[in-house]
Amino acid sequence: MSLDLTPLFEPRGVIVTGVSSHPGKFGFVTLHNILTCGFEGPVFAIGREAGTVLDQPVLASVDDVPAEAADLLVICTPVSVNEQILVSAAAKGVKAVFVAAGGYSESGPEGIAAEARLASLAARLGLVLAGPNGQGVVSTPVGLCAQIVAPYPPRGRIGVASQSGNLVSALLNMAEQTGIGVSRSVSAGNAASTSLIDYLEWLADDPETDVALCYIEGLPDGRAFFERVRHVSAEMPVVVIKGGATSGGQRAAASHTGSLASDDRIFTGMARQAGLLRASTIEAAFDAAATFATQPLPQGENVVVLTTAGGWGVIAADAVTAHPDLTLAALSDNLFASIDEMLPPRWSRNNPVDLAGGETRETIPDLLHLVAGHPDVDSIIQLGLGIQGNTAALTRNGPFYPDHGLERIVDFHERQENLYATAAAEASTANSKPILVASELATARPDNPMVTAVRDSGRLCYNSADRAVAALGHVVRYAAWRRGRT
Amino acid sequence: MATFSESDSRRVVATAGVVVSGWAVAPDPAGAADEAARLGFPVAAKLCGPEIAHKTERGLVHLGLTSVAEVEAAATELLAAATPGDGDVELLVSTMVSGNRELIAGLVRDESFGPCVMLGIGGVLAEAVADVAFRLAPLDRGDAHDLIASLRTQALLGAFREEPAVDREALADTLCALGSLAHDQTIRSVDLNPLIISDGRPIAVDALVELADAT
Repeated sequence: MSLDLTPLFEPRGVIVTGVSSHPGKFGFVTLHNILTCGFEGPVFAIGREAGTVLDQPVLASVDDVPAEAADLLVICTPVSVNEQILVSAAAKGVKAVFVAAGGYSESGPEGIAAEARLASLAARLGLVLAGPNGQGVVSTPVGLCAQIVAPYPPRGRIGVASQSGNLVSALLNMAEQTGIGVSRSVSAGNAASTSLIDYLEWLADDPETDVALCYIEGLPDGRAFFERVRHVSAEMPVVVIKGGATSGGQRAAASHTGSLASDDRIFTGMARQAGLLRASTIEAAFDAAATFATQPLPQGENVVVLTTAGGWGVIAADAVTAHPDLTLAALSDNLFASIDEMLPPRWSRNNPVDLAGGETRETIPDLLHLVAGHPDVDSIIQLGLGIQGNTAALTRNGPFYPDHGLERIVDFHERQENLYATAAAEASTANSKPILVASELATARPDNPMVTAVRDSGRLCYNSADRAVAALGHVVRYAAWRRGRT
Repeated sequence: MATFSESDSRRVVATAGVVVSGWAVAPDPAGAADEAARLGFPVAAKLCGPEIAHKTERGLVHLGLTSVAEVEAAATELLAAATPGDGDVELLVSTMVSGNRELIAGLVRDESFGPCVMLGIGGVLAEAVADVAFRLAPLDRGDAHDLIASLRTQALLGAFREEPAVDREALADTLCALGSLAHDQTIRSVDLNPLIISDGRPIAVDALVELADAT
């Protein structure tokens, strides 16, 4: 039975302590962020200065909050007053506490003792205690941004749990950039009572979350983590970034969180055994989580690379072939014959399916549906889109537009890009197979109509074929791990 | 660090299901020669005792002995090399196992993750190759096969120099057997080094069981 974190992520109302009129203080910032991002429940500000902050009346004490109006308390007050605040809050019906305040175990022997007292008091009062020394909690389904930093990410299906607050911010920034949103996020801080695995277990049962994305620095009881997380993996994919993979990183982790370092090869083995998806960079981790959140799980390892031009296809074929979990699909004669009917004879007659340039008609959508529907194919990487959109951008911004027939051709190019990107999502959904569209235009020209159409379809436009292949590898591996367990 | 002698270590791992090379112990050179003749030449002869963990470094291993006379001579030399610190010693003779490939396998206890089974590429280049992988013990067969598949040097596990490919089922048996020893809290670690691949099958030609501190 996992810890019930509902009051943390879906509180009726929220109390913030340590609110002052100074807009640089954590209490002010937290209150501001809660009031700004769409939380609809009541919000109570507690502070020492009477009056209002951000048009919100400031109450002198948690004792002044109506009973049963709030079940989340966010603490931004110093160590010395927080135990009394916990007692008062419990009396008002608060169920969960996020302690953003620092000064606990990260700060020395006195802080260690204070943290132990806080944890045992919370346990006695029946309170969920998150933190201390954490960045906060975000829950997009209820518009909650109870954290001391930006950003507030778009709503989505990725649940983020991290042993570092900055990593939460980094991942939420990627969510904002790509449009692939987040359901919940939390930084565990010192994890006095509630640790990463507690969050993961709750996220596994959370109907708003399809995939967990977590940063791990150290596991005080790695065995217990393993025994619990393997059950989480059976419910939902868990993408992991592990800090401290090298001796240099381990020394940094030891000074950051006091984490004790095991041999990284043991962590690697544990991750494989538990079905965790370990990514080597935060970009790769986000790409993987975004893929789980937006693409169907593939039935097998056979990948087709579809490209409008040669070089991209070759690079992608290399990446697929080199990947231990993927196979560049061998295509049947009947598929070749069907493609022959659709394409001019210059096409590659191979995987990658290379259109050899110049395709601007409805061929691409038709081809996508044909290939995605074939039993030889488990997933598709689609490359070389966006060229027409890029041409359109140069034309539209040039001195001759809209004359000389340019308006009409620009409209055509942009319409076609939209058609291709939409077709990729439709063919994927219709056939329950992943189709990953990759192009450097995702960051080089995020306003490219292909990129915006992929984004509008709710999917990620991968920055390169290599990144798409790496993300697909995680999804294929996880699908195989799940099949191997049933 | 308390350890079992090689003979006791061999008994422990063999009982768990690890295939070890044919072996016997004897108190004196004549007995060692008799056992060697019974096992069949060539044999190895080693000095064996609970305090002797690094036999090779001390020259306490004689390989490739082909006759009664060679075994007796080696055994006499081994007994003479024993020091008072070695405690009660005996002679261990074992069948020479031929194979071009060596693996290492073991059981270790990690402070955070607990008991883990280790598998790596062995032999003289082992440290430079540094191809080692772990799984948390105990292992099911899927874990064992996945552990084998995690080694980078997969080419070494295929058919090699007229020898058949490594029998992955047999190697999985060895790894599962090691993993099953995790339940025995008196064992701190187990080291099978080397595990020689002979006709495709892994055979431990040395075993070292390290005991947990009595508490």
